[in-house]
Amino acid sequence: MSGALDIEAIRRRLATGDGRRFWRSLEEAAGTPELAALLEQDFPRQVAAGLGVGRRQFLQLMGASLALAGLGACTRQPQQEIVPYAKAPEDGIVPGEPLFFATAMPLDTGVYGLLAESHMGRPTKLEGNPEHPASLGGTDVFAQASVLGLYDPDRSQVVRSAGEIRPWSAFFQTLHAAMQTQRTKDGVGIRILTETLTSTTLHDQIIAFNSELHSARWIEYEPINRDNALLGLQAAIGTDAAFYNRLEGADVIVAFDADLLGSGPNALRDTRAFSGRRRPGGRKPMSRLYVAEPMPTVTGAKADHRLAVRAGDVEAIARAVAAGVGAYGVTAAAAAGPHAQWVEAVVKDLTAKRNSTVVVAGPAQPPAVHALVALINDAVGNTNATVANVRPFAGGREQVAALGKLVEDIDAGKVDLLIIAESNPVLTAPVDFRFAERLQKVPLRIRLGLYEDETSRLCHWHLPAVHYLESWSDVRGIDGTTSIIQPLIAPLYDGKTVHELLAACMRKDESDRVPTSYEIVRDYWSRQRAGDSTAFWRRALHDGIVEGTTGAALRVDRDVEYLPKMAESIPLGDGLEITFRPDPAVYDGRFANNAWLQELPRPMTKLTWDNAACIAPVTAERLGLASGDVVELRLEGRAVRAPIWIVPGHAPEAVTVHLGYGREHGGRVAEGVGFNAYAIRSSTAPWIARGLQIHKTGEHHEFATTQHHHDMEGRDVVRGATIAEYQRDPKVIREQGEEAPGAGETLYPPVRYDGYAWGMAIDLNACTGCSACVIACQAENNIAVVGKDQVSRGREMHWIRVDRYFEGSADTPAIHHQPVPCMHCEDAPCEVVCPVNATTHSNEGLNQMVYNRCVGTRYCSNNCPYKVRRFNFYLYSDWSTESLKLQRNPDVTVRSRGVMEKCTYCVQRIQYAKIKAEEDDRTVRDGEITPACAQACPAEAIVFGNQNDPESRVAKLKAEPRNYGLLAELNTRPRTTYLAELRNPSPDLEKA
Amino acid sequence: MTSPVLKPREDRRPPIIAPGHTFETVTDRISRVVLRKKTPRGWIVGFALSFALMMVLFYTIGALLIRGIGLWGINIPVGWGFAIVTFVWWIGIGHAGTLISAILLLLRQEWRTSINRFAEAMTLFAVACAGIYPVMHLGRPWLAYWLFPYPNTMGMWPNFRSPLIWDVFAVSTYLTVSLMFWYVGLIPDLATLRDRSDSRIGRTVYGMLAIGWRGSAKHWHRYETAYLLLAGLATPLVVSVHTIVSFDFAVSMLPGWHATIFPPYFVAGAIYSGFAMVMTLAIPIRRFYGLEDFITMRHLDNMARVMLATGLIVAYGYAMETFMAWYGGNPYEEFLILNRFTGPYRLQYWLLITCNVILPQVLWLKPIRMNVAALFIMSLVVNVGMWLERYIIVVVSLHRDFLPSSWGIYAGSVYDWSMLFGSMGLFLTLLFLFVRFLPMISIFEMRTLVPEAEVKEEPL
Repeated sequence: MSGALDIEAIRRRLATGDGRRFWRSLEEAAGTPELAALLEQDFPRQVAAGLGVGRRQFLQLMGASLALAGLGACTRQPQQEIVPYAKAPEDGIVPGEPLFFATAMPLDTGVYGLLAESHMGRPTKLEGNPEHPASLGGTDVFAQASVLGLYDPDRSQVVRSAGEIRPWSAFFQTLHAAMQTQRTKDGVGIRILTETLTSTTLHDQIIAFNSELHSARWIEYEPINRDNALLGLQAAIGTDAAFYNRLEGADVIVAFDADLLGSGPNALRDTRAFSGRRRPGGRKPMSRLYVAEPMPTVTGAKADHRLAVRAGDVEAIARAVAAGVGAYGVTAAAAAGPHAQWVEAVVKDLTAKRNSTVVVAGPAQPPAVHALVALINDAVGNTNATVANVRPFAGGREQVAALGKLVEDIDAGKVDLLIIAESNPVLTAPVDFRFAERLQKVPLRIRLGLYEDETSRLCHWHLPAVHYLESWSDVRGIDGTTSIIQPLIAPLYDGKTVHELLAACMRKDESDRVPTSYEIVRDYWSRQRAGDSTAFWRRALHDGIVEGTTGAALRVDRDVEYLPKMAESIPLGDGLEITFRPDPAVYDGRFANNAWLQELPRPMTKLTWDNAACIAPVTAERLGLASGDVVELRLEGRAVRAPIWIVPGHAPEAVTVHLGYGREHGGRVAEGVGFNAYAIRSSTAPWIARGLQIHKTGEHHEFATTQHHHDMEGRDVVRGATIAEYQRDPKVIREQGEEAPGAGETLYPPVRYDGYAWGMAIDLNACTGCSACVIACQAENNIAVVGKDQVSRGREMHWIRVDRYFEGSADTPAIHHQPVPCMHCEDAPCEVVCPVNATTHSNEGLNQMVYNRCVGTRYCSNNCPYKVRRFNFYLYSDWSTESLKLQRNPDVTVRSRGVMEKCTYCVQRIQYAKIKAEEDDRTVRDGEITPACAQACPAEAIVFGNQNDPESRVAKLKAEPRNYGLLAELNTRPRTTYLAELRNPSPDLEKA
Repeated sequence: MTSPVLKPREDRRPPIIAPGHTFETVTDRISRVVLRKKTPRGWIVGFALSFALMMVLFYTIGALLIRGIGLWGINIPVGWGFAIVTFVWWIGIGHAGTLISAILLLLRQEWRTSINRFAEAMTLFAVACAGIYPVMHLGRPWLAYWLFPYPNTMGMWPNFRSPLIWDVFAVSTYLTVSLMFWYVGLIPDLATLRDRSDSRIGRTVYGMLAIGWRGSAKHWHRYETAYLLLAGLATPLVVSVHTIVSFDFAVSMLPGWHATIFPPYFVAGAIYSGFAMVMTLAIPIRRFYGLEDFITMRHLDNMARVMLATGLIVAYGYAMETFMAWYGGNPYEEFLILNRFTGPYRLQYWLLITCNVILPQVLWLKPIRMNVAALFIMSLVVNVGMWLERYIIVVVSLHRDFLPSSWGIYAGSVYDWSMLFGSMGLFLTLLFLFVRFLPMISIFEMRTLVPEAEVKEEPL
């Protein structure tokens, strides 16, 4: 073949110049037919790097890339310069040495400040950016799993029109023609539908777009929106505002149906602040959490007093509290009925702790509750102490109304061109908008999306979007903190960002080049900052935060003249209530094709691969329903079939359904999982509706749950006490279980651990059960997904699981979460019984698993009292999908069929730190090693370290009196220990 | 005839060989089964069915090798299921052979003679069936040889602390000794067949297998010594094999497994099920081949008594487990017993108690012990009961252990059942081949039982 000669020629040519100069001229070089042919052959555009490259071509390519070393080696680094978080090695990429880059992921109204770990140009793992005020180093399940989304083989890869694959140029032609027509009409027929806008550059682009085409309209719509908060605050303070709270200063927290600690970008900061105030021995006393909610959430599970009430009844309770604290304009307290005691205790605490409490309402609560909450916070002096009203980004707009206006316009024939960026309204729009039907009336419909989903199917053009890890953009958090999103990898497929799409719309002349999003974002920021824009830019990329933006969201206060009003109460009817919630795993459905999230046991239900109609045990009994019964949920003449799942602690006479399932299009993982709750969600009652009818169908649905038993059976699995009991006598924790045998009480010769002795302490008091650790572990350790069928057979592979127990009555149980990784027992029962020595003990106390040696007797698992070992019953790891291979952590073996696996304490990270320490001739410092679970934990509940070092954090925690070993009476001498859970109940309610 | 009449036997139980037999009739009746030209139709049908069942086993093994043991119902927490249950069951069945051959030989129980040969064969086949399971239940069965201590470039020894390694030694020793014992016992009969066979192939094959046996006094002398030595070697194995198999459980720390009572209780259970299986096989065979003269009611009665005795030991074991759960005060043990009684597997548990404890009590009654049909049914009941016992021990202990969060449930899959019945197919196939091609009753030993063999003392 002629390639070899060509390579030589290119190499010669490249050898004469310096890399930087050739960087710019590479495109010219690519213009030569030989190189173009070679590149075509070796990098087919729609295929990920290196795929299908034969040995010969690979060697040739390696030769070429050596010559091109100045251009960034043979990785898929983005074309533009990206700035690593730590000091970059001098000579670029060192094989085996990961690099970290700060970036950010937008979701909802918030942002995840992230550090992405990159191996040879492939992002493999995401960590929280400790400098970012919205993340503080923590992450959640969505952020952790988003790296899998990047490599999802089901992502849309090509421009498609009417089912045919088309080139971008064909699309640009169509677009240009449509835009030319619109220009003559001032853009009157243009509608752009995006998700909630958080990108400052995009906002700037839209303003520019509108200044040119005044009549074009821009609509934001997301099914999980902040309309209610916006309307409530409008009433209470007379202007558009968003709510912002700081739990650090809160002695008492009252959450009205607000999942403060749940998943989502804004929960990370709250979780950190909350857990910081729950540790005994802190500078400030332990906070007290009151929660009133229908469906148990992780926030409710942490509550000292959780009230299981229907979402529609929360308003009356909030009103009673408002009246109790003397909120402005709230006079007649509605009878709080059975909740009077709870209300009384809340009022007492709120009035006693002026200026240092937080009252919040969730997005599902009607505007009236948000207004009441604002008035309560005003009345007890919280406003501008622990809570603030901030200027919402881009004005903050009512989304459902805006979407309603759009469908009206479509009906009126006013819309000629509809561009839908990311949002999936065919699935998520209120059902009474009949969006799918209306959409098809629009003459030209363009969809930019990561997946060819329900909306794409009904559009003329589907354009592949790029994942945030491969695009340039920026994102602003609720407090104003702005981050630049820098790509970790060149786009895997031929996608474009919304910035580029908008820029393409604005081209005057068809021959104009579409600027890249790098140019667009960079241009925007160079206009924002005078002076040395390069230094500013590098700094912003390096830090992951644009300097000086933190807390820049303007505080909005009520005009002194303005008299606060109550938002109008929306009357609810009678009958069964239904509430709609974002799903803890797939959110609004956008993560439905993410197998890690689908297989994540939902924190409260422990269901995988499903949503359900969740109801209280007492309601199930009244209706004669059992878990798994398929019912038809009928609401306002619409119906959907859903399986029942009984949830202890759920409010009676109410049903909770989670959105985002029942997908018809959008990837092989997403399709056919669960039922589509959007089918009965209307614009008039998007969150709470009454008058639900339940009809049995007689069918049965098989759920795949990872925990079948929810009672501790009187065993001291999760230990706990109230803070008062603990302070009175710290021994209370130790006395709850059988005494563990002493150090010498074993038949085995004692083993001394002279060097490092790795150990872990898990603070159950801090843990919320959010399960970020589970996904983080999955990403770090190449843990396979097994699918619903295998989960239902009890074969899930998670190395760390979060056990959830209910305690007390089924109607109002206490809820406990307990993460369980390997205990790394010093006298490990698994090690003795392995016939081939495949699981052994290291001299640092690690219980090691040698995959190569394992023959798969499963005896170790049988003998493990904690059942933390996981077995590859089949070949679970995907050894064939090319794009998924890129995600794998190169430091961790991808397991094969027939071997046992389990938590290693992230031994690869331990080894990495030890090697680094040895290079510097020192010992590993405390905090230098963080296992993936501990690193992800937003509550800092998991602490790892050398327990031989009395100064280490883990040793100090283990010295606390609330430290206990799980099943330590078996003399396993576990290295993972737990710190007991402490609650801070109100003395008044406790007495009652 | 002036010679004194033989003294009548003193006990009134049925004889161990029917009256009227001579050396000639014994030899003829037993060897005829093997040497007859025409294969009986019943044998062909039975063999075909067994063979088909064996193919099911091979299909299952093929599927397991290709796709993995996920085909079974096992999971976490129940890491062991049908495979280990059935392994222990087969090993247990194997015990009767050794017990009858070795221990009863040493105890000079003459009645063992007519049943020892096929009891030994049954042992071998049962151990062969059992042997498949520990290999196939591995996640990576092709690496099963790693369980043997062999010199290798990895410089790795197996873990001698693991009961599974002890198992490897125990079972392989057991198989070797059983095979030797069986073969050595066969040699004089193989020579008989060689001598009586009128086909060339028969003479050649039996001749080779008889390794030159001529029946000289020297041969007999050495043979007796060797056989006695092997019996001595085999005797401890009766106790050791199942003791060590029970260590797989007893050495672990799982409630329901971690019990010192396991070794004796397992050995008794093994003998119990072994005798039940001998009875299950002997009753149809003696009927089919007309061997009621050699396997008499006396034998069936004796076996029923052994079953009754070992069944009572097993029942004592169950009682002790329950007692110790209460007496020991360990909440996990207590829960385990309650879970057995009332948990999701209570049906299996109470069926086990019915099969192994309650129903066998009818064996106290002589009319039952004299009723062939009743004995046959009882033997099946005990076989089922003993399989269930292992199921309860393995599955019920595993499915709910220490942490309620990790509790699970287990049920055998299609492949579990096909492996179980398929192994029975292998067992029966081997057995059919055995009864067709080898003497199923020891000819030379039977000859010592006929009156002719009685040594007459001539008055001086």
